[in-house]
Amino acid sequence: MCGIVGLYLKNEALYPELGALFKPMLIEMTGRGPDSAGVAIYRDPVPEGQVKFSLAHDSSNYDWTALAAKLGEALSCSTDVTQRDTHGILITSGAEKNVQQWLAENAPDIRIVGSGSSVEIYKETGLPEQVYERFGLQSAQGRHMIGHTRMATESAVTTAGSHPFATGADLCLVHNGSLSNHNRLREELKRKGVTFGSQNDSEVAAAYLTWKLRQGVSLKDALEEALDDLDGFFTFCIGTSDGFAVLRDPIACKHAVLAETDDWVAMATEYRAIATLPGAGQARVWEPRPATVYAWGAETLDGQAANASEHVDKGAA
Amino acid sequence: MNTMDFQEVGLREINRSLQAVESLTNNREWTIENPMGQHAIACGITAPLSVHIKGNVGFYCAGMNQQAEVIIDGHAGVGLAENMMSGVVRVKGNASQSAGATGHGGLLVIEGDASSRCGISMKGIDIVVGGSVGHMSAFMGQIGHMVVCGDAGEALGDSIYEAKLYVAGSVESLGADCTEKEMTAEHEQALADLLERSQINKSVQSFRRYGSARKLYNFDIDHADEY
Repeated sequence: MCGIVGLYLKNEALYPELGALFKPMLIEMTGRGPDSAGVAIYRDPVPEGQVKFSLAHDSSNYDWTALAAKLGEALSCSTDVTQRDTHGILITSGAEKNVQQWLAENAPDIRIVGSGSSVEIYKETGLPEQVYERFGLQSAQGRHMIGHTRMATESAVTTAGSHPFATGADLCLVHNGSLSNHNRLREELKRKGVTFGSQNDSEVAAAYLTWKLRQGVSLKDALEEALDDLDGFFTFCIGTSDGFAVLRDPIACKHAVLAETDDWVAMATEYRAIATLPGAGQARVWEPRPATVYAWGAETLDGQAANASEHVDKGAA
Repeated sequence: MNTMDFQEVGLREINRSLQAVESLTNNREWTIENPMGQHAIACGITAPLSVHIKGNVGFYCAGMNQQAEVIIDGHAGVGLAENMMSGVVRVKGNASQSAGATGHGGLLVIEGDASSRCGISMKGIDIVVGGSVGHMSAFMGQIGHMVVCGDAGEALGDSIYEAKLYVAGSVESLGADCTEKEMTAEHEQALADLLERSQINKSVQSFRRYGSARKLYNFDIDHADEY
């Protein structure tokens, strides 16, 4: 099971309503994933020279201000932290690698769940509605969001096993399905220096993409190579700084639906998650083809927009 | 005319009402509003009703249908008209995977595209698709007809039995033991009849016929060494 949803607003006038529009999408997928939920929201990009980290701790009483002060002193960098329940959004002028290293050495109980210039990742165990409310996402503004509701199959119900999984700067992945070669692939990636925070199969898919992107492979090529290297069932939704991409395995037995109007583009595991969006009844609705990369926000795909219009228009009879 | 709003009465009330109608009644016209992509709407109807669903539906809409005509003013999710026995199911938009799966009879019309596994294990149903169908369509199709006015995806008619397939556009690939077959006057007549009943305007001459080569499970003495 598991449910995945993505919403990209084409109409700027809707940006203030992003969190409110996305909420019923995620909640509608509760039946597919009542164990944990998570979202990635793209908003408030930081100025050049700064990095935005999404950090998480087991406790919602963690002293993020003290952590930020220590980090700033140690690395002589600016820090600004906003706490949202168990998560802290840290904006810093420190170099990304140095911050990661300092956190690993000085705050090992902190997990880095995402980083980049605009992405913020929030995920926790519990029902999607509770998770959404804990992080105050109802009033969130922004351009796009992706989300996941998890029914755990391959690994335990933990925050670390919750989606989205970061796959690089401003990139993250949510997955519906199960990978059958994740143990072997995890060992291969470990030998290449990739680190893991869980036994989760989807984290391996994310780590695979991270590793490919680090080699300088474009996201589009990395996704196409994933079709060869990942064995199992998957529908992926990958959040990027400019939008999101969707990929299904060649068998395509994991559900997925895409819908588009002049105001928005949405993807979901089931159409009912899209039905509450304004104008959904008149939207173009179609099923993404297997082994085909679809994307909105062409820049991150090496300038290649993959949302080929023939897939959209072919259904008009 | 009876109208039910899904948001007001919910799935069970809708299906209970439709399933409870006696065959011999004049109370045959039903409209369902605000389906909001929810699942299993109008399943298990046994009476000759006319059911109009105003909007997009989720999975398994009009499953097991007998006698009723169900029209969906929108798109349909996975398993549309699954195991249909008789009657007509028509979707004005696209249908997701496994439309008409295991159907024993009746007519399923998809005016837009159908996704993969359309008509999988069909057992007598007739399926007419105005657009294209995805991969593995008509897999193990036993009886019935599938008419595709657009293109067919990979492995059309894999392991097919005696279902008859008509495709106007391109076929990405044929599945195991599926082959192109001669179109006789008898087949043209059957195809013309299906298109007319479906109210889809397409020239019979533009179609090619596919079906079983009937070799998949036959022992062939020339290949004895391979067994």
